[in-house]
Amino acid sequence: MKLGLILYPKWRTALARLKQERGSGGGKIIIVATVGLIFWTLVFGVLYRLLRYFRGIADIGPLLAAKLLGLVLLSFLSILLLSNVITALSSFFLAKDLDLLACSPVDWLDVYLAKLGETLLHSSWMVALMAVPIFSAYGIIYHGGWLFPLHAIAAFVPLLVLPAVVGSAVTLILVNVFPARRTRDLLSVIAIGAAGGVVLLFRIVRPERLARPEGFANLLDFITVLRTPTSPLLPSEWASHSLMGGLVGPFDPLPLLLLWSSAAAFVVLGAMLHDRLYATGFTKAQEGAERFVHGWMWQALLDPLLSRVAVAKREFIIKDVKLFFRDTTQWSQLILLAVLVVIYLFNIKALPLFSGERVPFFLITLVSFLNLGLAGFVLSAIAARFIFPAISLEGRQMWLLRSSPLDLKALIWSKYWTGTVPLLVLALIITVLTDVLLKASPFMLGVGVGTITLLTLAISALALGFGALYPQFETENAAQIPTSFGGLVFMMTTIALLAVVIVIEAVPVYAYLRATYLGTPIRVNATMVGAFALVVAVCAAATVVPLRVGLRKMLEFEF
Amino acid sequence: MIRLEGLTKAYGSFVAVDHIDLHVLRGELYGFLGPNGAGKTTTLRMIAGILRPTAGRVWLGGDDVVNHPVQAKRRLGFIPDRPFVYEKLTGAEFLRFVAGLYSQDGAVVERRIDELLELFELSAWKNELVESYSHGMRQKLIISSALIHRPECIVVDEPMVGLDPKAARLLKEIFRQFVQRGGTVLMSTHTLEVAEVMCDRIAIIQHGKIAASGTVDEMRRQTAAGDASLEDLFLKLTGGEAARELAKVLGD
Repeated sequence: MKLGLILYPKWRTALARLKQERGSGGGKIIIVATVGLIFWTLVFGVLYRLLRYFRGIADIGPLLAAKLLGLVLLSFLSILLLSNVITALSSFFLAKDLDLLACSPVDWLDVYLAKLGETLLHSSWMVALMAVPIFSAYGIIYHGGWLFPLHAIAAFVPLLVLPAVVGSAVTLILVNVFPARRTRDLLSVIAIGAAGGVVLLFRIVRPERLARPEGFANLLDFITVLRTPTSPLLPSEWASHSLMGGLVGPFDPLPLLLLWSSAAAFVVLGAMLHDRLYATGFTKAQEGAERFVHGWMWQALLDPLLSRVAVAKREFIIKDVKLFFRDTTQWSQLILLAVLVVIYLFNIKALPLFSGERVPFFLITLVSFLNLGLAGFVLSAIAARFIFPAISLEGRQMWLLRSSPLDLKALIWSKYWTGTVPLLVLALIITVLTDVLLKASPFMLGVGVGTITLLTLAISALALGFGALYPQFETENAAQIPTSFGGLVFMMTTIALLAVVIVIEAVPVYAYLRATYLGTPIRVNATMVGAFALVVAVCAAATVVPLRVGLRKMLEFEF
Repeated sequence: MIRLEGLTKAYGSFVAVDHIDLHVLRGELYGFLGPNGAGKTTTLRMIAGILRPTAGRVWLGGDDVVNHPVQAKRRLGFIPDRPFVYEKLTGAEFLRFVAGLYSQDGAVVERRIDELLELFELSAWKNELVESYSHGMRQKLIISSALIHRPECIVVDEPMVGLDPKAARLLKEIFRQFVQRGGTVLMSTHTLEVAEVMCDRIAIIQHGKIAASGTVDEMRRQTAAGDASLEDLFLKLTGGEAARELAKVLGD
């Protein structure tokens, strides 16, 4: 078996990376560990409180806990299936080591198992980490004892193996039908569309109503719904059944047996399919996407719009727009973005603010004000995904940009406005629509529009600045760049900026609320003007400084 | 046209390029030779303004590349050894973009795009995304991009890699005509026959320093090599023993 040998370079690469991280100081590891720990604690805390509450409810408590676990594991299974399909395409058909493996005297089974392991690891590590605080909460609340972690691992591992095998098999079949590059495009749209659809559906169904038994005709109906498994054929249901059996009894070994035997059988079936289809699929994967395009549409659309802009800047903007809309992995993210915005507005609309007789003015103003922070956070996440990678994506072409007379200021300028204009449009849509939905006052609408405009300008600049400070020139996939250390630092900085702006603006908003409550006219005094001026100054600094620092860093880039 | 003075590049304690002085005259085709890792690419990338020198200066037609980069780079066309280009642009779009970087646009650029694509037999691929181009086609596209703005000098790193014999012949012809019209070419290559036939003068770099420079005849005299070929001269100056040992190992 050469399985170990095939995996050896991956293992050594991972070790070398770890060594490099250690060598560059422990700060990075400490920050990542701290953020991870905070996230874990948060998930654990929420679930702990919920399960403690469930435990206190006689009869239906364990049923609710089991239902919740089943739903969580089912979501994991769906996420894993999607992520495995996409990862398998890279590891089985597009990876750089495949040519070497294909021309070496290596057994096909070794290649299959090595690539399956690689796919499983790459697509499942995040879900596995996420599962730790969830299982911990269950183990602690229901006194699972020392054996529970082992039980959890035994039930969870097959749940990772099954979607990896199925995902790889789906990819294998798709590649045999379409060329690999076309399949990648297709898959990214399908996967993102499906994920967006599921999230949207989940939200619109309003699962929070399930937590209110009063919505059901009688208690018996409610318990019947809870007792019914989502589907007795789903592995997530077997895992949930096994774990809850271990926690609240009676323990049944059958679900575990089902999980492991199915996983083993699926691996065998997957290997057989691989043996039959991989060679033809791999050959097909070498075919190009063969796409003729006529760029006249963008040129005709943007040329008049940018006629007053200098040639170099104009061509840069046109180039960036074309690259974005021709890369399926990039534009398909807009589907998720649209889903995010719809859910955001839906949540605002679903707020129980207008249920009473009198419209609670104080609450509306407060929500409208705090909404600025939330909208700012959403914009930061979008900037992290679309603006932060902008500099990194130029890495391979930097030879051209640096050897040409292009002033790097022009490059930063083009990147900044290409990212900022759509972000600003989105920011204004979110703010105005939420304020209209909330029936906020003109004063709050004015504060909202002004603040979000300033924040958007600053967030874009921060994204670009941090993108230049922490470039990822080796990463070809733009979606991976925001999850880097630099992306984390950017998000932390923008959250700090949002907090500062909200705290400063709380002063004039409080004065406005107080005046309205007392029925006195709103007085524009020095404190109010000073607070707004301070917000302008903070946002201006957060716009100018990152752009300058980014530019200085770019001048130091060496390739 | 291209002048290097005490050009140095150090990475920590490792000195990749060590106080190089070089002067390439207008209308000259200058060969820059050396074994792998000798410092050729680092030198060329400093001339193109991609790497910043640790010490020393680079002038392109009288403009300092570090202090007046925009003016200096307007004169330059750079052809790297690895053809990384935007995968999602078509060949024509890429050339239009590069012309834009040199602040050139309009009908003149469109005519030049058609001419260059025709010259390198890429017209049929004009509206196809670069991601479907072969290595050689990308190399041809990059060479076209270095010529699109009508540079005064061309700095080129390994121009023949990936080119088919017809394109290689065409490139030699283009370079020859370019220098005849007063242009300047500084070219690094491992193809010694090409260097011997094409270059007016040659410099051989070894361990970051110029080991010898001049015409082939001058270098023969410097090294007392009689009527040795450029290949023999190269091996003598850069350690021919290694090549002989390699032949022995392969023979075993």
